[in-house]
Amino acid sequence: MTRTVISSATKEVVIGFDQPFVMIGERINPTGRKLLAAQMKEGDYSLVEQDALAQVAAGAQVLDVNAGIPLADEPKILADVIQLVQSITDVPLCIDSSIINALEAGLKVYKGRALVNSTTAEDEVMEQVLPLVKKYGAAVVAISNDETGISEDPDERFEIAKRIVERAADHGIKPEDIVVDPLVMPIGAISTAGRDVFHFIRRLRSELKVNTTCGASNIGFGLPNRHAINNAFLPMLASAGMTSAILNPLHEGLVPAIKAADMLNGVDPHCANWIKTYRQPPAEGQGRQRGRRGRRSA
Amino acid sequence: MSDEEEIILMDLNDDDLVAQIKDDLYDGLKDEVFEGVEILLERKWAANLILSDVLVEAMRIVGVDFRDGILFVPEVLQCAGAMKNGMGLLRPILAASDAQTSVGKYVIGTVKGDIHDIGKNLVGMMLEGAGFEVIDLGINNPVENYLEAIDKHKPDILGMSALLTTTMPYMGLVIEELDKRNILKELPVMVGGAPLNQEFSDAINAHSYGRDAAMSAELAKVIMGKNA
Repeated sequence: MTRTVISSATKEVVIGFDQPFVMIGERINPTGRKLLAAQMKEGDYSLVEQDALAQVAAGAQVLDVNAGIPLADEPKILADVIQLVQSITDVPLCIDSSIINALEAGLKVYKGRALVNSTTAEDEVMEQVLPLVKKYGAAVVAISNDETGISEDPDERFEIAKRIVERAADHGIKPEDIVVDPLVMPIGAISTAGRDVFHFIRRLRSELKVNTTCGASNIGFGLPNRHAINNAFLPMLASAGMTSAILNPLHEGLVPAIKAADMLNGVDPHCANWIKTYRQPPAEGQGRQRGRRGRRSA
Repeated sequence: MSDEEEIILMDLNDDDLVAQIKDDLYDGLKDEVFEGVEILLERKWAANLILSDVLVEAMRIVGVDFRDGILFVPEVLQCAGAMKNGMGLLRPILAASDAQTSVGKYVIGTVKGDIHDIGKNLVGMMLEGAGFEVIDLGINNPVENYLEAIDKHKPDILGMSALLTTTMPYMGLVIEELDKRNILKELPVMVGGAPLNQEFSDAINAHSYGRDAAMSAELAKVIMGKNA
């Protein structure tokens, strides 16, 4: 059973085949968010704070932090944001940048075991990112493309993912610390994007035995009612064997859909998570409370 | 028996046929557009007239409805496919004539280190739809590729795309290189891609920033209008 363990100073989260699907909150990312980008650039992190708390409250077990703002001091902002978010929440973070100095600045200040987002199979990128991942004892997201682009053939992309896992091994990084991103393509441009990714995930799980993650919302690019597409897509991904995703937990219906998928996929024993989350509180003076034994002995 | 009468393109007069081809292109019907263009050619319509008054005009409507959220990406791709099919008939004729047929030449490519191309392809299709001759350099282009293409094709506009914060500064580098060679003042450069904004576009001295595919095609037409 593959288990990728990431942590904050006080909390551990396991991404794994036998675990509930890990929801990584995507909101702390200035790409396409003008106001957030402007604020972050000025060192004002009030929106970041709001986003962090709201996502955790909505059920995110991990938060992605990205500070990719054009013409800004990304390493400094990323490090600031990581320190801030770690001071107000206890969830582990996914440190997200395509700039190596920013990744290192983030890893330096991070408390716990981070998930680094990301490396590709491009030689130059692997040779920069993988040593850093090893040095800080982190886990890493591996994106299945190389210098030649993103292949439309999922089996070609499988070979590319395999190459990253092999190269990581050369750097002393175990396969269980690699979370492969199969790259979700827009279904509006490639009609087979959905079933291609399901096929790919099954292979990654059964043959390469690695955990997986993705930016799922890309699937609905250019289509109306994108939320509904995501709400169907995530449970389907989970069914195909995907073990985590970077998503917006604030979107209506998404978290319940994933929690239901956990239950149906058999990673929520006795439906305990589901019931705990959605049980209607009994009216005053009615019903017995479960879990009293624990309280009494405390 | 179907309630709808089957439309026989051949039986339509010119006006109705043109209207029907536009509708068919809007509906993304490849074969029907091809047949319509074929008939117009048989009726001795000039290829450049078919291009400008029928195909480009139909794509213009597609572009407007895409911008307004009435049409969506998969539909626009189908429309572009139908347009391409009709263009296939016209291209050899246009190539053989001297007539100025395209709105302008547009070289487009994703910059070095970046392998994303769906957005760029969409821009390319909208440009073709707007009547541009598009030379697509693909992904991962070093500055040499742009220079070579500019030298070879003498485009009216250069477009660059990047999807990563790490690769977008490369656009600035290409622009600097063009400036050094005195090409920049003659050649408007458009930039686009998810992480970009107007501020960045200004900072690297780009001529304009294409927020999305429809907007980019609009801007390109404006640029050509100004240059003309």
